[in-house]
Order: sequence, then C-alpha cells, then structure tokens
Amino acid sequence: MYVAVKGGEAAIANAHRLLADRRRGDRSLPSITIEQIVAQLGLAVDRVMAEASLYDRAIAALAIRQSRGDMIEAIFILRAYRTTLPRFGYSVPVETSRMLVERRVSATYKDLPGGQLLGPTFDYTHRLLDPSLLRDEQVEEPLQRDGEQEPVMRVSDILAGEGLVEGDGELPAGHVPGDLTREPLEFPMARDLRLQALARGDEGFLLSLAYSTQRGYGNNHPFVGEVRMGEVEVELDLPELGFAVSLGRIQVTECQMITQFKGSVKSPPQFTRGYGLVFGQNERKAMSMSLVDRALRTDEFEEDVVSPAQDEEFVISHSDNVQATGFVEHLKLPHYVDFQAELDLMRRMRREHDERSREEPGDDTLEAAQ
Amino acid sequence: MNAVPSELATYNFAYLDEQTKRMIRRTILKAIAIPGYQVPFASREMPMPYGWGTGGVQVTAAILGPEDVLKVIDQGADDTTNAVSIRAFFQKVANVAVTTKTREATIIQTRHRIPEEKLTAGQTLVYQVPIPEPLRFLEPRETETRKMHALEEYGLMHVKLYEDIARNGHIATTYSYPVKVEGRYVMSPSPTPKFDNPKMHMSEALQLFGAGREKRIYALPPFTDVVSLDFEDHPFEVQKFERPCALCGAENVYLDEVVLDDRGGRMFVCSDTDHCEDRRDHGHCGTMLAYGKAAAE
Repeated sequence: MYVAVKGGEAAIANAHRLLADRRRGDRSLPSITIEQIVAQLGLAVDRVMAEASLYDRAIAALAIRQSRGDMIEAIFILRAYRTTLPRFGYSVPVETSRMLVERRVSATYKDLPGGQLLGPTFDYTHRLLDPSLLRDEQVEEPLQRDGEQEPVMRVSDILAGEGLVEGDGELPAGHVPGDLTREPLEFPMARDLRLQALARGDEGFLLSLAYSTQRGYGNNHPFVGEVRMGEVEVELDLPELGFAVSLGRIQVTECQMITQFKGSVKSPPQFTRGYGLVFGQNERKAMSMSLVDRALRTDEFEEDVVSPAQDEEFVISHSDNVQATGFVEHLKLPHYVDFQAELDLMRRMRREHDERSREEPGDDTLEAAQ
Repeated sequence: MNAVPSELATYNFAYLDEQTKRMIRRTILKAIAIPGYQVPFASREMPMPYGWGTGGVQVTAAILGPEDVLKVIDQGADDTTNAVSIRAFFQKVANVAVTTKTREATIIQTRHRIPEEKLTAGQTLVYQVPIPEPLRFLEPRETETRKMHALEEYGLMHVKLYEDIARNGHIATTYSYPVKVEGRYVMSPSPTPKFDNPKMHMSEALQLFGAGREKRIYALPPFTDVVSLDFEDHPFEVQKFERPCALCGAENVYLDEVVLDDRGGRMFVCSDTDHCEDRRDHGHCGTMLAYGKAAAE
C-alpha cells in the first residue's frame, strides 16, 4: 500500500487478454469471417476506408473485426497502418464523368441525359424490422440490364452550357496538389487540402455541421445537383511509358451541391457549387461534405464568416475523429502531478478566503444595520 | 476482392520509415536553431492514440539509435501504465536497451515531469506535449497566435498573469507555466508543474518537445536561458511542500499525495519513483517507511 503500485506491465497484458476474449465472445459460435464482413457489412467497411483514407476492403474488414465493431477504433487502426506504406506516386485525377454508374439521382431536373438511377438505396424502404432476417433468408437475384453506352453527363456540365454555374475552377499555374498526410496543416488552407481534410473527416461531425447550415447557421440555399455512386478508373502516369496506365477500379460516391449566389463586385450572379467525394458508397458523407465545402468558401465569394460551419480553423481542426477521440480519451491517463499542483493552489486559496471572511464580518453586519 | 495478406507489414527500426525520420530530424534541427519556436511538421498517425504521447514517440523514434538507453516516465514514474506501454513499444520495434535509472539513460521520454536528478551533457529529454501553444487558451486561433509570436506580442499573457494577481493576490497557474526562451519566444513547458520550470534553465541536456496531434516540435538546446514569466513585485516561485517524502525523506522534491484511508489519512511521496528508490537504496528513510518496517518486524 505504501509503495507506489508496481505491475503496470502485467496489468496491461491481462487487460489485452480479457479484451481478446470479449472480442471473440461465445466460443460455441463460429467466428465472423473477413469475407462476411466485406460482403454483409459493406457500408461499415466503406466508412472505415473513407475516413482512414485507404482503399482496401479486406484490411478495413480486418480492422472492424479487431475493433469489435468500434468504427473510430477501426479507422484508427487502418490509419496507423496506412501511414507506414511507401508512396510510389500520385494518380492522375479520377474522371467521375466516366464513372460506371450504379446510382445517380438529381434533384434539380425531372429527367436528364443518363436518367435517374436509384441503385441500391435505403431511400424508399420502410424502416420496419424485417423478421425474415432473423433467419438465413433466401434473397432474389437483382434484375440487370445492359449499361448505358454513353458516359452519364454531369449535371454541372448541363448548367455550364448556359454559363449559369461556376466552372470546375482552375488551379493556379504550377500549383501541385498538397498532401495532408505528408505536409503539416497550415491555415488558411487551399481548397485542395481542405477537401482532403473533409474527405477523411468524421461523418457525424460533418453531418451536424451540414445540418446547421440548413437551419440558418450559414445558409446557402442548396440543391442536390447530382449524387452519383459507382466505379471509376484509377490511373498512374508512368514516366517511362509517357502515358497513364490503369491500376484498377475503385467505388466512390460523388455529390455536387448547387447553391445560390447573388454575385459580387468580381463575379456575376450564378450558381456556385459545393463538392463531396468519398470512397465506397456513402451518400450521407458525400452530401455533408459538399455542404460544408461550400460553406467554407467564404473567401472566394466575399461572404462574412458568421457561423461555425464557415469557420475553416474551427471545422478543419476538429473534423478528424482519430485526433478528437485520442485527445478526449487521453483525459483518463494519470494527471495526478498536475492535479496535485491544483490541489495545493485550491487549499491555499480556500485558506486565504476563509481568513478574509473571518476578518471582514464586521462590514456585513454594519451594512445590515444601516 | 483482395485477400488479406498473411504478413501485413514489417516495420522499420523504431517503427517510422527513414524518410519520415529524416523529415522529423530536419524539423528538430530547425527547432534547435530557433529555441522556443514551434516548428510545424507532418506528424504521422502512430499506433497509439493522439494525446497519448504521439509527438514524443515520433521525436524519440527519429533520434533513437541502437546504442541508446531509453527511460520513459509519466507523472515522474516509470511504472505508470502509459509509460510501461511506450517503453514496451520501443523494446518491440527498436529492441533498444531500457532503464529506469535517470543517470543511465541517454534518452528520457517524459510526460508531466522533469526528473529530480540533474540531467547531464549528452542526455536528451523528450517531452510529450498536448497543447504546444502557450497562448492557446487566450486566443484559440492558430492564425492569430502565430502572428503574436512573430511580432513578439505577448501583452495578453502578461495581462492574464496580472489579472490572476489582482483577483487572487498571486498567479494562479500551477502547471504549464509559461516561460520565455532566450528573451524571445514565450513557450509552454508542457503540463509539467511549475516546480520543474527552473530545471529547464541552463540545462546541460538537450530538451525536445513533440506535439503529435498539433503537429509541432520545439526545442531547448543545452545551456539555454529559460525564464518563467513574472513581475518584479510578484517574482516567480515554485511549490513548497511542508514535509519530506514519507518513504525516502527527500526534501525540495515534488511530492504526490496518496490517500491512505477514508478518514482523511494522507501521505506524501516522491513523484519521481527512480529518485525515491535510489535514495532508499542508499539508506535514506522516511517516516512512513520506518513505520512500515517496524510494523513488519
């Protein structure tokens, strides 16, 4: 008792052993396989890949299993793995207008070239518990038809024809896109870096910020120009060959949010855009990202920063859930040295306070008498 | 669908790849060249959480060599769980020799304390820093605080300290007590109790500060002038304890309060466990140890 507690090492080892036991659970049940997680918990896998910034379903599924389904923990495990991987190059920009579209909806047009494709969506399901899922139910094969021959035109390209929407924007000459994971963050940020930060930002945090813009904290009258999900080709420029070669396809969700803009000294009235792009299928994240992206472009449109979602330092500094969870949870580490210092100060201040109130009771009674 | 590779990865010596180490070493060199200035660096995700020493771990990983002897403390103790965990990490990824003896270590990674024993030339003290910006709680914006440092505009900090005195009669900051380095940069000593501030001044050892989440590294080269901020009529002073350590009888050291029972029983023991053990090995004895021995006999 009188000697500082020893045995941290044994305690940690035992805690890890207990954790492994709790992760595995009832040994009479077969353990869940990586393939099952990839196939049946695909959206969880997608979220982990997106916020870890690493596209690998099997490893993301492994992280989910290892973290007992704790998503932020899984993202963290995957990030720590990602950071050790060597960089052998940067891909050429993916061309989402050539996406193999599995889902594509626009809220701004009733019908449009390429059509409205619902795809695998929860949107019009009734959220009634399905008792058939209690068993290993039989599921019908999906209906399929041949894909479109023509690339599915982007809604922004339709509006651009009339000059009513801002263009994709030009990067300043010589601007090399930054890499958030290789350079320290500095404020104010360029939009490329900001979009990188948003793409790996916490889904819940961005959702709430996006929601706040709709409730009057930085409103910009948004319309979903288009949400599309499907596979895009990733290509890498090989200097030896002189052209780009395909590395394979990845699934992404893209959202183009169209917002009103009344014009400024520099630019005529036109629609502006917010942009969202995430790995896998995750519309909620892509839409939230596009709203927050637009909200953060106050500099470009000479808008006043009046609400949290427009405040770059506030949003970007707090959007990373791996950082946030680490710092919040570090409060459970011992702080007794600092607490001792505070305790000492508190006792001293209390003593001084008590002494003062003993010295001054006369004043109170005098005032009361008057 | 890609299969899960059976061997995910083999890690480099001290976990970080050599390119990352080079980037961190450059940052450290710059930090040493401008004492007290916070140098941004591209902090990596580490396999332990942010806020749990990722900055210190990255600095240690970047300077650690196979010949080094590492000591890790948290709250002054070698056996607190996070110190154990970080020490085990470096044993695993660098197979480096570890020690609990302050004088045997070439690198000491610490959270919240500076060892009682005087550090010597050749030793490096690596601090884990949660919030590197001393002005952060006065001004939350990085864009603003960087300007304030650039212009040496530290009035806000003096006003804060003055308000403490006006309100309480004394400065009410007990840890993370700001210091001025070489008469230029105001620097956070990390959340060490102000008791430890004087040890930073003119230290023979190299002191490196790593903040992983905030992506900053700063440094105090050996023999750097480090002054705790104060006023002429309210000079800086450190905490004083009314009694010596109950185990080793040491005076003028930082003590932890240990609650003994639910009737207000308390004892005060050295926060620096190595220092305390060393003294006891050399025959020093506090009141409680004498009592314990007597009870055991």
